[in-house]
Amino acid sequence: MNPALANTLTIDGQVIPFTQGQTIMDAALAAGIYIPHLCHKPGLTPHGSCKLCTVDIEGRNVSACTYPASAGMQVANNTPALNEVRKTLIQMLFVEGNHLCPTCDKTGDCTLQALGYHLGMLDGHFPPFYPLREVDASHPDFILDRDRCIMCALCVRASQEVDGKNVFALSGRGANNHVIVNSPSGKLGDSDLTQDDLAAHICPVGAILPKNQGHEVPIGRRTFDLHTVAESDLAVALMKTEHHDD
Amino acid sequence: MNVKKPEAPSSNRPHLLACLHQLQHQFRHIPVNQIAPLAQTLELPIAQVQSVIDFYSFFTRTPRGHYHLLFSNCTSCGDLQLMRELCALLKVQQGITRTDGLVSIDETACIGMCDQGPALLVNDQVITHLSSERLHAIAHLIEAHTPVDDWPSDYFVIQSNIRRTGLLLQTPLAQGAGLTAALAQESEALIHTIKQSGLRGRGGAGFTTGLKWEFCRQAQGTAHYVVCNADEGEPGTFKDRILLSDHAHELFEGMTVAGYAIGAHQGYLYLRGEYRYLVPHLESILAERHEQHLLGQTILGQGDFHFEIEIIVGAGAYICGEESALLESLEQKRGVPRVRPPFPVTHGYLEQPTVVNNVETLVAAAHIAAQGAAWFKAQGTEKSAGSKLLSISGDCKTAGIYEYPFGVTLQHVLDDCGAIDAEAVQVGGPSGTLVSKADFARTLAFEDLATGGSIMIYGAHQDLLKVVRNFTHFFAHESCGFCTPCRVGTPLLRKYLDKIAAGHGTAYDREEMARLAKLVKKRSHCGLGQTAANPILDLLQHFPEVCEKRLMLKDYEPFFDLDAALETTRQLSHRNDAEAHLA
Ligand SMILES: Cc1cc2nc3c(=O)[nH]c(=O)nc-3n(C[C@H](O)[C@H](O)[C@H](O)COP(=O)(O)O)c2cc1C
Ligand code: SF4
Ligand code: SF4
Ligand code: FES
Repeated sequence: MNPALANTLTIDGQVIPFTQGQTIMDAALAAGIYIPHLCHKPGLTPHGSCKLCTVDIEGRNVSACTYPASAGMQVANNTPALNEVRKTLIQMLFVEGNHLCPTCDKTGDCTLQALGYHLGMLDGHFPPFYPLREVDASHPDFILDRDRCIMCALCVRASQEVDGKNVFALSGRGANNHVIVNSPSGKLGDSDLTQDDLAAHICPVGAILPKNQGHEVPIGRRTFDLHTVAESDLAVALMKTEHHDD
Repeated sequence: MNVKKPEAPSSNRPHLLACLHQLQHQFRHIPVNQIAPLAQTLELPIAQVQSVIDFYSFFTRTPRGHYHLLFSNCTSCGDLQLMRELCALLKVQQGITRTDGLVSIDETACIGMCDQGPALLVNDQVITHLSSERLHAIAHLIEAHTPVDDWPSDYFVIQSNIRRTGLLLQTPLAQGAGLTAALAQESEALIHTIKQSGLRGRGGAGFTTGLKWEFCRQAQGTAHYVVCNADEGEPGTFKDRILLSDHAHELFEGMTVAGYAIGAHQGYLYLRGEYRYLVPHLESILAERHEQHLLGQTILGQGDFHFEIEIIVGAGAYICGEESALLESLEQKRGVPRVRPPFPVTHGYLEQPTVVNNVETLVAAAHIAAQGAAWFKAQGTEKSAGSKLLSISGDCKTAGIYEYPFGVTLQHVLDDCGAIDAEAVQVGGPSGTLVSKADFARTLAFEDLATGGSIMIYGAHQDLLKVVRNFTHFFAHESCGFCTPCRVGTPLLRKYLDKIAAGHGTAYDREEMARLAKLVKKRSHCGLGQTAANPILDLLQHFPEVCEKRLMLKDYEPFFDLDAALETTRQLSHRNDAEAHLA
């Protein structure tokens, strides 16, 4: 191989560097290339479950957030076909839960919603599941509305890896997957979740929301009213460049 | 992070699954008040125990009946009509324990009795050859509170039905023969023999066994492990059951040989919960092998190689057959497939180098150790050495186990088992390939029609849409739910197919179903999702008319069926006249 390419890979024709141990996602974000993602946050162990970061390597399907970068890799990312796949995945997540955006306090700050806009989603398209999952309002500061959960496990990992606790877990099988709380009663109020926990603030959708404050930031001035999801996710990535393996 | 790395459950700390089986048996469910104490005893987070309970079908939160009957819903060993009949006889509703707590009845995925169905599980025992008469007798036994142990013993007879023998089944291996030959050589030489033999994994994926062992042996770790995958969950597969019941010595011998080859001292047999009735038999063989010094501290009198085997029993989750999900389950977690790489050979059980092999692979390895690579390679094809056990069921005269050299044509197999009017054959189970008559000349081999061993035959009278619907429901039920394409996609495929089967589907629905099927196949995280849409895609490709003739001749029909939605209201108002229906 050409030695100049030894530590580079190509994403949509653009040659970018990587270091050993980086995933495709790590390398892309460091180079300022946006690969849509939902269950990934730099700094936490990649999960690889939402599949929004789906890319193709020579026609083969790979999750960018978990797949190790290697020299000479040819990655297709921002293609119409892949964005169509991602749009379908977002529609699937929408119909799986109960996402009534106008009534949700997360609207405008929600990554699921923002990705819907980003990918040009116009409808849920598939028949809705209308799940009936338990709402937990037992905590003084936070509410857990499981009907909006997308099983990304960000809260699970944030609690374990950053907060040094173990507040959340995913439970159940298949379509019955749901987030549970690691406390004797199973209630959030019985857990050791506190205001300064990352787990309390990391939820990309409106499943874990702060209580006692409604619509503090007016609609129109929220995160994704001001920035696209690509801009804000890249900004976050660039602020936290260290990799979990480092 | 403060989350402990998973530890091996030791003799003073039993395995979570074993504890849950015990609680389920004792209380007929897992009582809430038992969870925190159990978590404490096992030093596991409460949420981990909860999540495991809710993952596996055999653990329940509400009490099941003293008699709990699970009817297989497999197209070969299931008959849900019989289940409904028994429900009526005993006045129980499916899935709801009778108010007196005596009995509960539900359905479950294939229980591996496809050659002697219809079949059910009552508590942990299997009853085969169900018939209406048998159900009436069973209903009486239950109403009379007769303990299951006192039911007629012929109900519980499980036949082996070996119809054709080949390399493995023809020549029984003398106990210890494989191990003696193995220990006489360096482990590298043994691995070389296994590589030379051309043996490839019999669990489905067909990875070269010798290579797998070599990678594992070379991987660094504090310990190495051998895991036998006896989860046999693929509907239509029952060949591992026969190996477990009739050839357990050879299997344990294969595990021990593998242990020697890779430098492991511990092996686990992960047995599907449906085969729990085999545990006493398997334990007795293990005990026998200890006495014969084929297991334990001084194997064959040699002090330098010791090996133990422990049996872990699953609890009703097909996904636990996927090797990395199996390892998660062994580590007392939900059976969710891991991200790969890394692979089990370097980061397996407890993150240590681990070989996971199918039952049949390990039995073959024991034979190869004893009889050499050439003996094995003499049969089969260039890329698929040796023989394959097939579990044959469905519309044929003699269902059962057939062993053939790889490379045999499907037609040959069909002729042998008396499948005279076969129209379609599902090769490799629901996750395999639906083959139409036009392709019966194809061969069974990794390079053509790969199969883990399931051959389900469908005659001309069968409704293939019903068959494919059965498979599609199976996958939606068994999806672990980790990744979006499969967790949401498999229930959506089920909705589309149900709609089409009910006569409400349009051509647009069919196209959308096909588009979704391709996405689920290509974008899912593991083999389950990647194969879950195969039945639908195969049906559309090879039997397009089956779907076509059910379609409505309109452009659009909503999923929401207003008339069906009024059913509850009709029942509440005791009306079913024409006026109470829409159109
Ligand atoms: C959903 C799923 C279920 C599986 N079930 C089984 C099984 O029941 N038994 C088995 O041996 N392999 C099963 N496999 C394949 C295993 O992942 C693995 O490839 C196999 O155990 C390796 O052993 P082998 O190389 O000896 O075949 C399954 C794979 C998937 C994706
Ligand atoms: S609660 Fe939020 S952060 Fe946690 S898994 Fe659900 S969507 Fe993800
Ligand atoms: S493909 Fe299905 S079974 Fe496999 S990880 Fe995804 S949800 Fe689980
Ligand atoms: S961001 Fe990669 S799978 Fe979710």
